[in-house]
Amino acid sequence: MAMPQTDSTIATIDSGKQDIAVSVRNVTKNYGPVEALKDLSLDFPRGQLTSLLGPSGCGKTTLLKIIAGLLDPTAGDIEVDGKAVDGPGPDRAFVFQDFALLPWASVIRNVSFGLELRGMAKSEREDIASKYIKDVGLAGFEKSYPHELSGGMRQRVGLARALSVDADVLLMDEPFSAVDEQTRRKFQEDLLALVANENKTFIFVTHSIEEAVYVSDQIAILLPRPSRVSDIIRPTGLREKDSHSIRRDPEYLDIVDEIWDSLRSYVE
Amino acid sequence: MKVFGVRLPGMSSLLIWGLLWEIIGRTEVSFFLPPLSAVITTLFEIIGSAAFQKALYETAYAFSAGVFFAVAIGIPTGILMGKNRLLDELLLPWVNIFLSAPLTALVPVLMVLFGFGMKSIIITTTLFAIWIIILNARAGVMQINRSLLEMAHSFGASPWAAFSKVYFWAALPEILGGVRIGVIRAVKGVIIGQLLISIVGFGALFELYANNFLMEHFWAVLLVLFALAFTISEFLAYLERRVSYYAAKR
Repeated sequence: MAMPQTDSTIATIDSGKQDIAVSVRNVTKNYGPVEALKDLSLDFPRGQLTSLLGPSGCGKTTLLKIIAGLLDPTAGDIEVDGKAVDGPGPDRAFVFQDFALLPWASVIRNVSFGLELRGMAKSEREDIASKYIKDVGLAGFEKSYPHELSGGMRQRVGLARALSVDADVLLMDEPFSAVDEQTRRKFQEDLLALVANENKTFIFVTHSIEEAVYVSDQIAILLPRPSRVSDIIRPTGLREKDSHSIRRDPEYLDIVDEIWDSLRSYVE
Repeated sequence: MKVFGVRLPGMSSLLIWGLLWEIIGRTEVSFFLPPLSAVITTLFEIIGSAAFQKALYETAYAFSAGVFFAVAIGIPTGILMGKNRLLDELLLPWVNIFLSAPLTALVPVLMVLFGFGMKSIIITTTLFAIWIIILNARAGVMQINRSLLEMAHSFGASPWAAFSKVYFWAALPEILGGVRIGVIRAVKGVIIGQLLISIVGFGALFELYANNFLMEHFWAVLLVLFALAFTISEFLAYLERRVSYYAAKR
């Protein structure tokens, strides 16, 4: 993995055989003189979960926000289903690290907020929201307010909101980093089920190696200053495993070690 | 507060001050300070009089109109300043100048510009109230959690939807705080306006009673005014508490 440019080229060719939902083409992002992302290209296969993994400051959240249309790239293009992106769109939904819930609104209003912004009638959007509130395991909390919920439950609200707009692509920005360890494990298991059951493309930002290997079909390793894709890893045998035995699988342990070896020199 | 293990109701201290007032009044140290009981008796006498009710109406009218304009102009201006850097740079110095300026000194200028009538009084009231309302709405918007705005943006909120469904509500605790202080300042504004511009309303009553050394009447009107301002302010403080549960969690 010494030659980042070569690796990303290989990755592009390699994934060219697959059905690509989101593709990032030669994206550069500068903040004044600071190069946050440099000529970064990456493909996200449809129906799979791709993690963006890297040390802090490697621009993974920047890349996710560019895909979301929340930030404009300095150069390069983003394509979702072959159409160029120039802003947020109904084909993508975002799950925020700090949940981003409206504190003055009940759970059901928060979950249906995306649909409310699209002008959907109240009864219709609340029907859809109720379904997803049940799906994420919050039935009975429809009338509660965010400050009455635990961190884990709040992120379930954020997830239900993203699911209820029925976007093809789910963008998740370190969604489990603000919840406790047990909740986080439960979330990771639930996420595996979600990827299996929903035919959606997941783009998942994390700084946890174990989390990335556990949940991902594809892991893109980003290295900082300026950010580029240094390696793409595809665990092959983990998807078939039962979610409880993945963490004991030799392939899981090997990949975790391999990634740590490649990242350790970037960690102060 | 507890005294000798007995819980006192709120504002019990007013009883002590009232008693002190009564005692000093009865010793007749100064004609300026009649006993509280005499003031209250006078209060009930004049409260039904036509002159008082006319004054109340005139004052309430100017006050409500002044507060209405201060709120209707001040809140959107403050929110826009919080959102838009350019507008903020342009307006903030003026807002700060007028917030601390002795507005009373401007009243003669207003009289030249807008005449000696109700219009000038309403504008004076608005000028007293509006600056702190703008500043608070601005501060409320500036501390909104960025990810709430990104959330609205990412789910495709139009500018109007973002304004009415996110910015306004997220800034509401600060906005209400600003309105509460603004309303208290508006009480000053309306009385100063009535005293300086045209002698109407409570301003006229103060003038009349003070010039004729009717101190019981003077204090009675002052008490009424205080009670009105206090009630409005407490009502707004109550609304503020209703929304403050989320103030720390945006």
